[in-house]
Amino acid sequence: METNSNNSAITRKQPMLRVINIKTPEILKLKRIKRSYRHIKAENVFRRVLFTMALLMLVIVAGIALTLTVESIPSLKALGVSYLWGKVWDPVADVYGAFPFLLGTLLTSFLALIISIPFSFGIAIFLGEYYPKGWFSNLIKNTVELIAAVPSVIYGFWGLFVLVPIVRAFESKIGVTPYGIGIFSSALILSIMIIPYAASMGREMIRMVPSQLKEGAYSLGATRYEVMRSIVLPYTKSGLFAGVLLSLGRALGETMAVTMVIGNTSLIPKSIFAPGNTMASVIANEFTEADRTVYLSALIELGLVLFLVTVVINMIGKRIIKRFTND
Amino acid sequence: MSVQIKYRIGKSTAFKGLIIFLACISILPLLAILFYIIKEGLTKINWHFLTHIPKPVGEVGGGIANALLGSFLIVLVASVIAIPIGILCGIYLSENKTSKLAYWSRLAVDILQGIPSIVIGIVIYFWLVKPLGGFSALSGSIALAIMMLPILVRSTEETLKMLPPSLKEAALALGMPYHRVMLKVILPCGISGILSGIMLSIARVAGETAPLLFTAFGNPFLSSNIFRPMQSLPLLIFNYATSPYDDWHDLAWGASLVLLMWVLLLNIITKITTRRWNIQL
Repeated sequence: METNSNNSAITRKQPMLRVINIKTPEILKLKRIKRSYRHIKAENVFRRVLFTMALLMLVIVAGIALTLTVESIPSLKALGVSYLWGKVWDPVADVYGAFPFLLGTLLTSFLALIISIPFSFGIAIFLGEYYPKGWFSNLIKNTVELIAAVPSVIYGFWGLFVLVPIVRAFESKIGVTPYGIGIFSSALILSIMIIPYAASMGREMIRMVPSQLKEGAYSLGATRYEVMRSIVLPYTKSGLFAGVLLSLGRALGETMAVTMVIGNTSLIPKSIFAPGNTMASVIANEFTEADRTVYLSALIELGLVLFLVTVVINMIGKRIIKRFTND
Repeated sequence: MSVQIKYRIGKSTAFKGLIIFLACISILPLLAILFYIIKEGLTKINWHFLTHIPKPVGEVGGGIANALLGSFLIVLVASVIAIPIGILCGIYLSENKTSKLAYWSRLAVDILQGIPSIVIGIVIYFWLVKPLGGFSALSGSIALAIMMLPILVRSTEETLKMLPPSLKEAALALGMPYHRVMLKVILPCGISGILSGIMLSIARVAGETAPLLFTAFGNPFLSSNIFRPMQSLPLLIFNYATSPYDDWHDLAWGASLVLLMWVLLLNIITKITTRRWNIQL
């Protein structure tokens, strides 16, 4: 077997070797054949390693999806689909309903989006249109990118000790129960954390607006605001939307900062100022204490839902961006 | 000028003012966080703090040596695992732009980038913690390695794509075998981009807490055995920040400052190198 493959490897190179053979002494010829055989073998190994590594990415993602599905089967069997809109989560009484967490996740994420969108679009327009160059725009750009670099546990810590007292004072002023911690505080923290994603995406998109379009509008006498409104905005609409989707994906899966300031109760939040729980935060809190199979499996099912939702959102966002950049 | 034109120009100016205002407002939170962490943390950091393990509640002193060592080891092992895989996969993607596997692999990397970190923690719990029979730093490292992969693959692919094809052709024409061309010619040419990808990925996972909750788990004592539970900076911050004791809050503030400086420094170095070499990540 070994000699066979040896021969076939050499025959591939045969014509070239024959040309060399004319003047080469026998001993050198052997050496050369040996070396080229070794190189071909190493090349094949290298190509195979590259192939395996690329395959490994697929295996990891497939493995993650498979593990989540398999491990959530016990809860799917025991609780059925109605698990997702069951309103009570009481592990002590063996009652599991995911609705409070779904609601908590949606409330915090969308509230955070609404708060952050004016700022991230403001930065996008500022950097993409008004000040594309210069030290001031560099400062803003780098600072905004650093916002994404701060670890989420530090946002949570800061939120717990600085933001929560401010929110508490605000709540007692407008006359709701002053918890401080809760959906609203989490949304505030999240909105800071997701600003960079939509902002950098929006900036790229605004830069790509063809200057002929803008110049045409200017030459017709449009003001800068009118150019932004009727040229830049319609042109970049889908790209801006994709940026928002990407930040939504971030907000849905964010765990630590939210866990630290949301209050962690499994009751359905009565208002946006009440404490609650998100899917990610309930997993973080209860995963290591889950002692029964169904309890653990119910938590994993939350993870599965989170996984599917973020994958779909990210895929749609990436698809839009790809289409936008290819046009 | 007619009233209408004045109105339109005024509107335009007001819009510009609003944009500048919003842009300036949005860098305030970062400055506030930096200011507060530095203010709280700076007084706590000294040599004793960096070289001792935490003391029980009520005793004065104590430090974060176990978390520093743990963070360093966990991230080191994660890098050792992830960097070769990520770079090799990036080479494959830049070499095989149109193959079917490249398409699916790229998709997988995109998905991997979007997966919430806590989900990766759950999955690693079932892959490693349960079969091995206990929490271990190694499982935490592997969770972090999976999170590093997308950035590594992407930065390698993008960097290698920008190199001129004539470079590879010239090396191949000289009779160099393919693997040597890739490892000795192409990789060194793109090394700056790849290095910044590595630093960026380390900066991303250095502050990750969620995947470590069910894997490395945390440990109040100094430990360097990667098959046992180990403390890390973000875990320590999370556990001590949510505790009711002021002593522990102080520890957490100091640890936050150390972690924040580490992560920001990595990011700033990356930014400077990428600008110098003009790399798009």
